[in-house]
Amino acid sequence: MGRVERIWVYLSATPLLWLALTLLAFEAGSWIFRRAGGRPIANPVPIAVAILIVLLRATGTPFETYFEGAQFVHFLLGPATVALAVPLYQNRAQVREALLPMLAALSAGSATAIVSAVLLARWLGASGETLKSIAPKSATTPIAMAISEQLGGLPSITAAFVIATGIIGAVIVTPLLNALRIRDWRGRGLAAGVAAHGLGTARAFQVNELAGTFAGIGLALNGVATAILVPVLFRWLR
Amino acid sequence: MVTALTILLCCQLAGEFAARLLGLPIPGPVLGMLLLFALLLGRRRAIDQVREPAYGLVRYLSLLFVPAGVGLIRHTARLRAELLPVAVALLVSTALTVAVTALVFQLVARGRKGER
Repeated sequence: MGRVERIWVYLSATPLLWLALTLLAFEAGSWIFRRAGGRPIANPVPIAVAILIVLLRATGTPFETYFEGAQFVHFLLGPATVALAVPLYQNRAQVREALLPMLAALSAGSATAIVSAVLLARWLGASGETLKSIAPKSATTPIAMAISEQLGGLPSITAAFVIATGIIGAVIVTPLLNALRIRDWRGRGLAAGVAAHGLGTARAFQVNELAGTFAGIGLALNGVATAILVPVLFRWLR
Repeated sequence: MVTALTILLCCQLAGEFAARLLGLPIPGPVLGMLLLFALLLGRRRAIDQVREPAYGLVRYLSLLFVPAGVGLIRHTARLRAELLPVAVALLVSTALTVAVTALVFQLVARGRKGER
């Protein structure tokens, strides 16, 4: 074994390598995002994910080895979700003011997310297991996984659908709402959070703090709404 | 910084504990967020301690989703087998959800303004 290979074998067994590569891939994604003039299609998350998947495939590294390093980044999702209370507190006057439109939009959006995903997937011939796994796709990962399990779906597939939904939402939300000529940051943010949970929220914070705050509320409320609506709607859709 | 991290982690811990104790379908971090919000309402000076570090975390929220995104690699077989229904359902349903949520918000917000 050559010297470089030996160093590789050593480093690939430590969390340091994939932790550093995760940050590097995100920096590369952010650099491309800036070079693209901040166009939503160049969202740094899918770029970083693609780079890392190519690297894992090329080096034959199993996901478990990757995650030993990446878990430190993943872990911060919890405290970051708690931290959303701070923009919520700072903007609480505007939130209280918008309570009624928020609840109306949440109910309509949450039901749309569930019903349209199940109907479209069924119409295009998806399996029953996939239908159960896709129903809670707009909720935040832990809620969506729990609902999927309760329904008899596959929680780990649901996690993949949730992430894909988040990436799609983060990319399309800005051009779509521009096309619909919706300018109110509150409604724009809420839509991003309801449809695309944390990734939509991250995108909303990139654009505007008030939008981000409402996205955070959308994410939290839609988690609860999806947990209540999926069992009811799914029985009705069958 | 350490104080803020302590507050955030303790809120998350209390949230996880409460969610399991009460058997709620809400994840611990989301309950932790509500808890921190209540804490800030009760002790208004606490905001000075958490503001900067909290915004620091929120600013990098998208980075934190990268490891979960790489997790897609574990499901390539099923994603490939049902690529068309899954891709169309996710794309169209997400677009519809964004549009319906934002339009209903705008409709109700404007309607209320008209009443006054």
